[in-house]
Amino acid sequence: MSGGYGRLIIIATLGIAMLLTILPMPEWARAFRPQWVTLVLLYWAIALPHRVGVGSGFAVGILLDVLTGTLLGQHALGLSVVTFIAIQLHQRIRVFPFWQQSLGILVLLVVEHLLALWVTGATRGVAPGLIYWAVPPIGALLWPWIFVTLRKVRRHFKVS
Amino acid sequence: MLAAVILSLILLVLDHRFHHLQQLRSALAFLTYPLLYLADLPFTTSRWFNETTSSRQTLLEQNRILRGENLRLRAELQKYESLQSENMRLRDLVDSSFKVGDRVLVAELSSVDLDPYKQQVIINKGSVSGAFEGQPVLDAHAVMGQVTSVTPFSSTVLLITDSSHALPVQVLRNGLRTIALGTGRIDQLKLPYLPTNSDIVEGDLLVTSGLGGKFPPGYPVAEVTRIDRSPDAPFSYVVAQPRAHLDRSREVLLVWTVPIQLPVMVPEAAAPAADAGQAGDPAAPGEEDAAAGPDR
Repeated sequence: MSGGYGRLIIIATLGIAMLLTILPMPEWARAFRPQWVTLVLLYWAIALPHRVGVGSGFAVGILLDVLTGTLLGQHALGLSVVTFIAIQLHQRIRVFPFWQQSLGILVLLVVEHLLALWVTGATRGVAPGLIYWAVPPIGALLWPWIFVTLRKVRRHFKVS
Repeated sequence: MLAAVILSLILLVLDHRFHHLQQLRSALAFLTYPLLYLADLPFTTSRWFNETTSSRQTLLEQNRILRGENLRLRAELQKYESLQSENMRLRDLVDSSFKVGDRVLVAELSSVDLDPYKQQVIINKGSVSGAFEGQPVLDAHAVMGQVTSVTPFSSTVLLITDSSHALPVQVLRNGLRTIALGTGRIDQLKLPYLPTNSDIVEGDLLVTSGLGGKFPPGYPVAEVTRIDRSPDAPFSYVVAQPRAHLDRSREVLLVWTVPIQLPVMVPEAAAPAADAGQAGDPAAPGEEDAAAGPDR
């Protein structure tokens, strides 16, 4: 389907991901919240690299920074870097079986997480515990479901 | 991609070192406000539902309890008022000025989770209600934090326990002044600038000293819970626990410090100045001080 409509779908899915990012959870679960926005953004970057690029990653990152109250640029940095890598590798990732895709996504999620950690470290924020590293694997485990769901959405609304 | 990385880094530095980006942040927050509203909606709705469907019995019971509490608070307030006027009279005798009164507004926390490694909350009052950057926020017990960014209908509050927050305090018992730093843990503040021989004991109440110019003086902040004095260290290691229920409160108070007309005799020359102060913007954020700012 043409232009604006597809863009609306992409923006809507990213909006839902942001909503999931700030939806209140019990205190113990907060540290395990998956990187929803990164996952959704990576799907679109792999599926439609001509539509979702580094610029989109950057813009989404800035909005995420504003939304979650982090330093402006913290998420923008990580998201633009992983979108770039995803676009470079999109043809390979697309043909992988699910478990291999998950591994690739895991690496990207770790990169994003590491960049965020560097930023907090450099701006003398709190150094999070080891629990911090539980987040990317959770995201990688969720990947197949996100992939299938978003593919369904993409095909149903014929976004290309 | 290089451009995006460089731009992110520039933004990071600008935001961290110089606080130039608040306006950009507030403008963008306008875009993200619908998301905050949506995330909060189920909880607001369920609260509303609970309130409208609660039984008459419960309401009567609640009413009775509140009445009792109101009476008790009023009695305490009477005592407080007489003490305040006495205090003012005495201060007038020694010619020291202490002429502030506070206006407060109740705001509610939004049920949203922000970055888990920063101590921040969102409240449902913004610039439309007169909130401004740097405004002190209290709960029913003590100081909670200060407003760091404002949109028309919501604002972000940095809690006093955030690792980038510093708050000038003094010990209520003897007036010893120091600075309370956030630790990043919701139940701990640290006071790293107290010499080993300073007069502070466990259980001391810390109140705001008002020195930073952002927080009005005299509000309770925290209670000292631990003091480690090692003979070879120049400073003692003091830990305090915030009095405010930072992780439990649902209602918070936004505070405006306003000059008030006092029922004491004002010298002729000072009177016009006091009037001018009252006419001016009570929320003048010009008098900011690095000590009270979000020390990022």
